[in-house]
Amino acid sequence: MPRLENKVVLLSGGASGIGAESARLVVREGGKAVLADRDEAKGRTLAAELGDAALFVPLDVTQEAGWQSAVAASVERFGGLHGLLNAAGVGVRNSIEDCTLAEYRRVNDINALGTFLGCKTAIPALKQSGGGSIVNISSVLGLRGASYAMAYCASKGAVRTLTKNVALHCAQMKYNIRCNSVHPGYIDTPMIAPRLSQTVGNRSGRQDLEELHPLGRLGRPEEVANMILFLLSDESTFSTGSEFVCDGGLTA
Amino acid sequence: MSGELSGQVAIVTGGASGIGAASAALLAGQGARVIVADLQDAKDGTGRFVSHDVASEESWKSLLADVLGREGRLDIVVNNAGISGGFANAETTTVESWQHVQAINSEGVFLGCKYAIQGMKKSGPDKPASKGSIVNISSIAGLIGSAGPTAYTASKGAVRLLSKSVALYCAEQRYNIRCNSVHPGGVDTPIFNPLWQAMGHEQGKAFVGSRHPIGRMAEPVDLGEVVLWLASDRSSFVTGAEIVADGGLTSGLMKR
Repeated sequence: MPRLENKVVLLSGGASGIGAESARLVVREGGKAVLADRDEAKGRTLAAELGDAALFVPLDVTQEAGWQSAVAASVERFGGLHGLLNAAGVGVRNSIEDCTLAEYRRVNDINALGTFLGCKTAIPALKQSGGGSIVNISSVLGLRGASYAMAYCASKGAVRTLTKNVALHCAQMKYNIRCNSVHPGYIDTPMIAPRLSQTVGNRSGRQDLEELHPLGRLGRPEEVANMILFLLSDESTFSTGSEFVCDGGLTA
Repeated sequence: MSGELSGQVAIVTGGASGIGAASAALLAGQGARVIVADLQDAKDGTGRFVSHDVASEESWKSLLADVLGREGRLDIVVNNAGISGGFANAETTTVESWQHVQAINSEGVFLGCKYAIQGMKKSGPDKPASKGSIVNISSIAGLIGSAGPTAYTASKGAVRLLSKSVALYCAEQRYNIRCNSVHPGGVDTPIFNPLWQAMGHEQGKAFVGSRHPIGRMAEPVDLGEVVLWLASDRSSFVTGAEIVADGGLTSGLMKR
């Protein structure tokens, strides 16, 4: 039996990387995927490839009105909402000394405010559909610091605790809505592409990042998507407010 | 004044009340020259008051210029100013209130660290090299979350991780500047005023205290002692750490 039969899942950042791979799994497992992304071209292409079980909606995650339209479109097209994946995010390298206030705000708006708005907007629709599962993509850098990614660390730390707040609120209200965070290591996605082509000392950027992981390689988007699929499905119904790590041993 | 912080200069944001005021008093007690950076003067507080808005970069620039100009050095920054932002939850928090809380609790600490480093790197006649300690007040809400205020919880999670990034960066640069986060449980400070108004101070305090394994709320001085320890050389190998002072609240389960 498919693991997400007739479940409707809204995915921010659904046009590429972890979001896109998750959308493929949602459809493969009998669910409906609503791809919400700023990248219209990529999003529409993937939605077309996935067929009738998918829909593309344009979304800037920092805009509450955009989220409301995305949730409304999901319900209108597929009759309900059972899952939300907050995968949209930006990876930015900066340190405490070179990050400007404007940049700090931009990163936190997309990664943290965007995730909050996703949760806030989806909860009423999830409730209406009898409950569901919210999955927020944090990072290993929401668990550990990095000297070179100050604003990103802050935003992912915010997602980590925001997730627990949402989980406990929904539990207290008896909404039957779960909320968990996923903490990937370095995954081979467009987000880290610029780093892969850099040279670090006498190694390639790719080798440098690979060596951070005890498994000796980067993660693949589908490896994270498999964890997300578990969390979106009814296989994980006793998990809420938790941190799910998918990092090749990086934080071990 | 003599003491183990004699000659050192400390900035305490939100230093006019609560944990900030207690920290300011303890730092001054060890001989530090303390600048109380707050929106409003406490009048009977410790140290020199400088009007300061942590959310404003301009305010940080002028605060640092004032401190370096008048005191000649900077050794300690306690990023303590913060607000709860009320009790709005994941469904009732507005974008405006989210931004307001982040501006003070998250951006304010970001700016505090950034300008702290600028000041602490400077050497002078009585400070031979770059050195300092940054103490960021997070919360147990930055560790375990709660069903309570959503924007606050997120902001304290941001402070927790940003502190580690700052610690690692300063270590990498060999600045001899440490940075740690402090995670208090319930402390009897003005941040609880809404609850005191609803329940009465003594009753409210007993209620919140009963949720802590240790059986009481913290007094501001309990946290001031933690801040003093982190600010001083007694904690010289501690950086990027989360110092929990919560009466056992996040330790685990009690018999019930």
